[in-house]
Amino acid sequence: MAESTYTCIICPRSCRIAVSGMPGALEVSGHSCKRGHDYALAEHTHPVRTLTTTVAVEGSPLRRLAVRGTAPVPRELLRDCLKQVNAARVAAPLRMGDVVLANVCGTGVDVVASRDVPAS
Amino acid sequence: MRELTVDVAIIGGGPAGLAAALEVAHRGRSCAILERNTELGGILQQCIHDGFGLLRFGESVSGCTYAQRFIDQLEASRAEGARIEVLLDTMVLELTADRDVWATNPTDGMVHVQAGTVILAMGCRERTAAQVLLHGERPQGVITAGAAQRYINVEGYLPGTRAVILGSGDIGLIMARRMTLEGIEVEGVYEIMDHPGGLARNVVQCLDDYGIPLHLSHMVSRVHGKHRLEGVTVAARGADGSPVAGTERYVPCDLLVLAVGLIPENELSKQAGVELDPVTRGPVLDDTFMTSVPGIFASGNVSIVFDLVDYVSESGELAARGACDWLDAERPEEPAHLTVNASGNVGAHVPQRIQAGDTVRDVRFFCRVKQPAARVELRCTAEGEVLARERLVAVAPASMLSLTAQVPAGVSPTIEIVEV
Repeated sequence: MAESTYTCIICPRSCRIAVSGMPGALEVSGHSCKRGHDYALAEHTHPVRTLTTTVAVEGSPLRRLAVRGTAPVPRELLRDCLKQVNAARVAAPLRMGDVVLANVCGTGVDVVASRDVPAS
Repeated sequence: MRELTVDVAIIGGGPAGLAAALEVAHRGRSCAILERNTELGGILQQCIHDGFGLLRFGESVSGCTYAQRFIDQLEASRAEGARIEVLLDTMVLELTADRDVWATNPTDGMVHVQAGTVILAMGCRERTAAQVLLHGERPQGVITAGAAQRYINVEGYLPGTRAVILGSGDIGLIMARRMTLEGIEVEGVYEIMDHPGGLARNVVQCLDDYGIPLHLSHMVSRVHGKHRLEGVTVAARGADGSPVAGTERYVPCDLLVLAVGLIPENELSKQAGVELDPVTRGPVLDDTFMTSVPGIFASGNVSIVFDLVDYVSESGELAARGACDWLDAERPEEPAHLTVNASGNVGAHVPQRIQAGDTVRDVRFFCRVKQPAARVELRCTAEGEVLARERLVAVAPASMLSLTAQVPAGVSPTIEIVEV
């Protein structure tokens, strides 16, 4: 596998960290600390991202409800997950943490309301 | 017309105002929050993204959730009898040095608050097109990143189809990702400085993830379009600030998003005669977060633009403690002050001065560096002695630094960054 480089986001130092080699025998270089090493390895093998977006709300002065995944999802599934969430509609009232969509794209991650939604 | 008398009037119900109100209630005093919007939470309510609350809650939550947790605490506190009055949809029109607050809302008409103390918590404003010398026409489609955020996240509208972003502050980077995911093509981000304005985290997760180019030392040299924006000319920026000849490039777009900095919103502070610091562009504060006008305190982004909301909340609590202490001391005469010196790479900082009491003072400092640097120590010193120190692997202007020091009576402390 070719060498890939990652900008570390753990601290403001922003090290450029390279990961090379075959799975099982990956080599990491350019890091300044263990956390940077682990970050680059995770980015290389299974990058994950937190899903945040909005869904349409009915019966509330709010037009959109901010929602968030309860855990990060694999980065390559982020767009598919968003597509599924964007098709959802919710009715007010809702409480922060209420599940808007369970097990998005089979990831095991629930999408929940980020805030309360008052009814109109 | 409504008349109110409270111990503390809090102008603004965002994160600073909410934290201040809770702390005032905790001290058993009464307060009123005057909030311009129809709900509490301030700008957090349009920040649907993640990354808030790591210091405060030990976990990363969205802006809305951060606000909701404080609103829940406030409701719980009120249910237990805390005297926190919340006036929504209320615009403060006038603030006097005697702590008279004049406001207006659709329910009460005029509102007059006579306050023992005032905490300024109005937050900051985005720099607009008029403040960045954009040449060319003035079409529709040139908006700030915060406005784009509001259109998309709160109102549910897409403000364009193809966007150029000027400025690489965090809001601009966050919006690059947000617009991309909502189907707006983001052609690129142009930054006049030679380094990103925002955190590396956001450059990676908002630009690199989506292949959005970041053009450093670049500018938008011209805006085109008579009614609706049709495109912009971008160019490399020369040392004198003008476009480098031969580097101009026309980029078709119907949206130009400006993420070119935040300015503390101090119109009311000026009215009350509060002295402002030209560096922070907020009030000159002492270690109790009191401004130059006795009894008027400031917290959050109206005092200095913070990077993390967690610090904004903390500053709200500091100002609330300062206000309550001032009331407990029965409104003392204006104290004598000692200057807080900043040396070398330390730029904007609060507090700018400390009260010259006769006891040791616990002082919480917040500051930003002027230039990125690696392997440094942030220090508070006085008369050749180091009072507090913290080693830092790296520092950058985008990140706020904080330090707590015990400053002996009668000495003028210095905040400095030393290479180690």
